[in-house]
Amino acid sequence: MRPLGEDGMPIVVLLVEDSPGDVRLTQEAFRDANRAVHLHVASDGMEAMAFLKKQGAHANAPRPDLILLDLNLPKMDGREVLAHIKADGTLKTIPTVILTTSDAEADIVKSYQLQANCYLTKPVQLVAFESLVKSINDFWLTKVKLPQQGQNG
Amino acid sequence: MKTIEGKYILTDVLLVEDSPGDVRLTQEAFRDANLLVNLHVATDGADALAFLRRQGHHADAPRPDLILLDLNLPKMDGRQVLAHIKEDDALKTIPTVILTTSEAEADIVRSYQLKANCYLTKPVQLDEFEGLVKSINDFWLTKAKLPQQRVSLAN
Repeated sequence: MRPLGEDGMPIVVLLVEDSPGDVRLTQEAFRDANRAVHLHVASDGMEAMAFLKKQGAHANAPRPDLILLDLNLPKMDGREVLAHIKADGTLKTIPTVILTTSDAEADIVKSYQLQANCYLTKPVQLVAFESLVKSINDFWLTKVKLPQQGQNG
Repeated sequence: MKTIEGKYILTDVLLVEDSPGDVRLTQEAFRDANLLVNLHVATDGADALAFLRRQGHHADAPRPDLILLDLNLPKMDGRQVLAHIKEDDALKTIPTVILTTSEAEADIVRSYQLKANCYLTKPVQLDEFEGLVKSINDFWLTKAKLPQQRVSLAN
């Protein structure tokens, strides 16, 4: 089995995030942490679903190896996106990590009920934010075994 | 590290593992990584479910904050244990991490289909095994937000 990112194989990460500042921070942190990561961005829930289902402008979208999903999103809420992903026979095996500012217990429990693979809160401090992205890379993209079908696009 | 009103809380981890050597290694690695982890061990699948459902001599078992689950287990297979956990409304929110020697793609895909929260393979090298347990501790017990349900407090 070939580890992700070897032999020039890109690791495809879909970031679903409406805050341009958080998008920029995540892009920069991944650039520092792992050059093999190709970070795609969907800025609302509808666009995330179109990307995952290769609809419209996303006809050639690759299948992500990992999804980072904010909860509070325009058009379609992150909880709804999560429910759609986990109810879809072809998408449900993609690990989906909630990355949100909310540390409300109700959001944490609800997300795990909807089968989020993991729940993380965005730190307010810049350094802590970068460190969290590095942790996501070190754990999810280095240690964890992801389904290989994610590499087939 | 979890605190409630400034007090440290023990984190309960349930390790479902039939190999005594791997149990020992995991215990030692957690002891080095985090003194606030209370590691419980179930050595087969049936015992794991009895622990989670507080049946028999597990009547006083705490609800684990995290489950580490081997796939190949006596009595009840890890895949079956995983399916039971994720179908049970009272248990499904407990993050369940597969920790196995199997690198078979079929096992990886099947585990994610059965709603494993993540899939890890046990390294053969001792120091790598310790490193992996430390990663589990750093990520799941330090960075990740887990559903709160703890009542037992410790200083």
